[in-house]
Amino acid sequence: MDLRAQLSMSFHMDKCIGCHTCSVSCKNVWTSRRGAEYMWWNNVETKPGAGYPLTWEDQERYRGGWEVSGGNLRLKLLKGPGKIRTLANIFFQPNLPTIDDYYEPFTYDYQHLFNAPAGDDQPVARPKSLITGDFMEKIIMGPNWDDDMGGSPLYAANDPNLKGLSESQKEMLTKFHKLFFFYLPRICNHCLNPACVASCPSGAIYKRGEDGIVLIDQDTCRAWRFCVSACPYKKPYYNWANGKSEKCIFCYPRTETGQPNACAHACTGRIRFVGVLFYDADRIEDVAKTPDERLVDAMRDIILDPNDPRVIEEARKQGIDDNWLVAAQNSPAYNLFKKWRIALPNHPEFRTVPMNFYIPPLSPVLHSAKADNGGLFDSESVEFFNSIDKMRVPVRYLANLLSAGNEQLVIESLKKQMAVRLWVRQQRVGDVGDSAAKAALSSVGLTPEEAFEIYKLVSLATFQERFVIPETHREAQTTVDPRTMYEKRGTVGFGNKRQELVSRQW
Amino acid sequence: MDNVLFGVMPYILLMTAIVGAIWRYRSNKYTWSSQSSQFLENKTLFFGSFPWHYGIIVVLLGHIIGFFIPKSILLWNAVPLRLYILELTALAFGLLALFGLLALIYRRLTNSRVKAVTSGWDVLVLIILLIQVLTGVGNAVLYRWGSNWYAASAVPWMWSVIKLQPDVSYVAGLPLITKAHIFNALIFFALIPFSRLAHFVVINPYKYLVRPYQVVRWYRRGGPTVNVVQYK
Ligand code: SF4
Ligand code: SF4
Repeated sequence: MDLRAQLSMSFHMDKCIGCHTCSVSCKNVWTSRRGAEYMWWNNVETKPGAGYPLTWEDQERYRGGWEVSGGNLRLKLLKGPGKIRTLANIFFQPNLPTIDDYYEPFTYDYQHLFNAPAGDDQPVARPKSLITGDFMEKIIMGPNWDDDMGGSPLYAANDPNLKGLSESQKEMLTKFHKLFFFYLPRICNHCLNPACVASCPSGAIYKRGEDGIVLIDQDTCRAWRFCVSACPYKKPYYNWANGKSEKCIFCYPRTETGQPNACAHACTGRIRFVGVLFYDADRIEDVAKTPDERLVDAMRDIILDPNDPRVIEEARKQGIDDNWLVAAQNSPAYNLFKKWRIALPNHPEFRTVPMNFYIPPLSPVLHSAKADNGGLFDSESVEFFNSIDKMRVPVRYLANLLSAGNEQLVIESLKKQMAVRLWVRQQRVGDVGDSAAKAALSSVGLTPEEAFEIYKLVSLATFQERFVIPETHREAQTTVDPRTMYEKRGTVGFGNKRQELVSRQW
Repeated sequence: MDNVLFGVMPYILLMTAIVGAIWRYRSNKYTWSSQSSQFLENKTLFFGSFPWHYGIIVVLLGHIIGFFIPKSILLWNAVPLRLYILELTALAFGLLALFGLLALIYRRLTNSRVKAVTSGWDVLVLIILLIQVLTGVGNAVLYRWGSNWYAASAVPWMWSVIKLQPDVSYVAGLPLITKAHIFNALIFFALIPFSRLAHFVVINPYKYLVRPYQVVRWYRRGGPTVNVVQYK
């Protein structure tokens, strides 16, 4: 066993209101710099939707992630055997997204509103490209262009997760009475088997042993951009102005000091949880090779129980500090993903073994379901769960998004959430019936205590319960030398702005 | 004049390259790379970057082989048919590189996004490269059997420079266009550490072929990089 610790974020999708507060706080802290304007290390997209960058989930196009071929794990980008092909494409990458797949960053000519000469018409502020500084004819794309299903027949219709849905199920895109969408907040998954790291010819990207955060060494990065192509989640971004790739850093300067990430801290819906997971690094490769149906179970297997005495002993042997151990034992990530099995990874079939987890949304049932069995909350009916198949977001869709197509896992999570709701409703309102509520719980294998814990974590939890982040013990070595902080202001640690001999600002 | 250009200048320019490289690598390692603009424009780039790089790599390899084992070239060229093959191949790859280079220049001049990230150094580099490729191709077309000349006069001159006993007589009799090719090459070397040509000396990628996929760094365990997860 090679026990290691990993910081992990979980998202309760039902509570995300799509307000983008998370994206904006991330942008304010990390990416409001030249060359980084178009980057949203944290972005929130509407699902069904084409996403950002457009159709990032379509790996036929981008060839991100891994595939198993001949029993070996191989980067999809490579196509042929070995790593040679990566190097052969070093001068031109066929699968690299360009800025047009994201959007051309822009500002407005606000000064014109003040300076315009008096005239018959209202002055307008025309959009201006932040790359060239030229006026733009019109803005044709933004970071969240199809928000709330705007233009869904044009954009969301290309969502790769719609694969396998019947025509009538796809009507949730277009028919008003069937319409439903939800939000998918995304940050880098800080994967256990990161494709970005594996594709970097310079060896600039690495996973930190202590907390599993994946970072790009800015001094070593040579602008080959393979990480951008190889990451199936499109979470490394190329800084077009200074020629380096950058990515979500899990706010490590904050987590190292025990504070939650800027996005998680700012989240108005309080949908986010951050915690520690212990896992067995010896088994990463086996997990990544597991066939689709068993992939999520394999991922749950590799996560170790922090209360198991053998695991505790192993953790001590690996030099993991006691505060990390305690945090792992109180980890919301562990409870949601492994213990209660209600959270699921995003697109595990990309085989990077992502370490962020999502609680699938319980959408309302279709109106038409009511006629069949009396609706979801009918206390007379014991068939509560039948309606899950009739929810507005088809289980198939959620399975494509969160469990590599395994519908059972999604149904299990939805049923558990439903059972907890029924049980709590019985406690609070009392109209479900004690035996019915208990029956609902036991049919999904939850005890009343567990149901209460779930209820508490997902709806009442305090700041300290949602974010259980141990401080990092690194008294002897720090990542940022405090003496250089003054020089580095304005760069948030991403490279020093020294000038090249002639006219290039770094 | 020849004495200055081919006797003194080589030392000045090569020293600039070496000292400059050390200085830049130590003082500003962050900038030691070349800025890719594929992210901003990738259609013309395809027709520029691919032919340019593969063309110039083959031509450069020819020069390097000739530099280290000039005899190999002379021996190969002893049979006329083989001489033609060598010359034609070199010319073909030279033209390929020229085509790519022209596409790249066109792209820099016309695409406004690419222009936004173009520095003075980039322009200078393109000019130097254009001169280099044009004089090279010109040599091949106007004067026959450049490969023999290269092995018989340019290479001995280069070695004489390296041995610190520059013998200008080797190159003094060469045609003007050849001299321009040689001198421009020296300027090219001097530019390497200061411009995007730095990527020319980036040797990291070879490591990619031998290292394991995953890279893990530990702060606690000491040592910069420990690779732990090994894949077949
Ligand atoms: S999500 Fe992408 S960038 Fe983040 S660790 Fe995984 S492969 Fe790398
Ligand atoms: S801040 Fe929270 S609720 Fe708002 S969009 Fe982000 S994740 Fe959703």
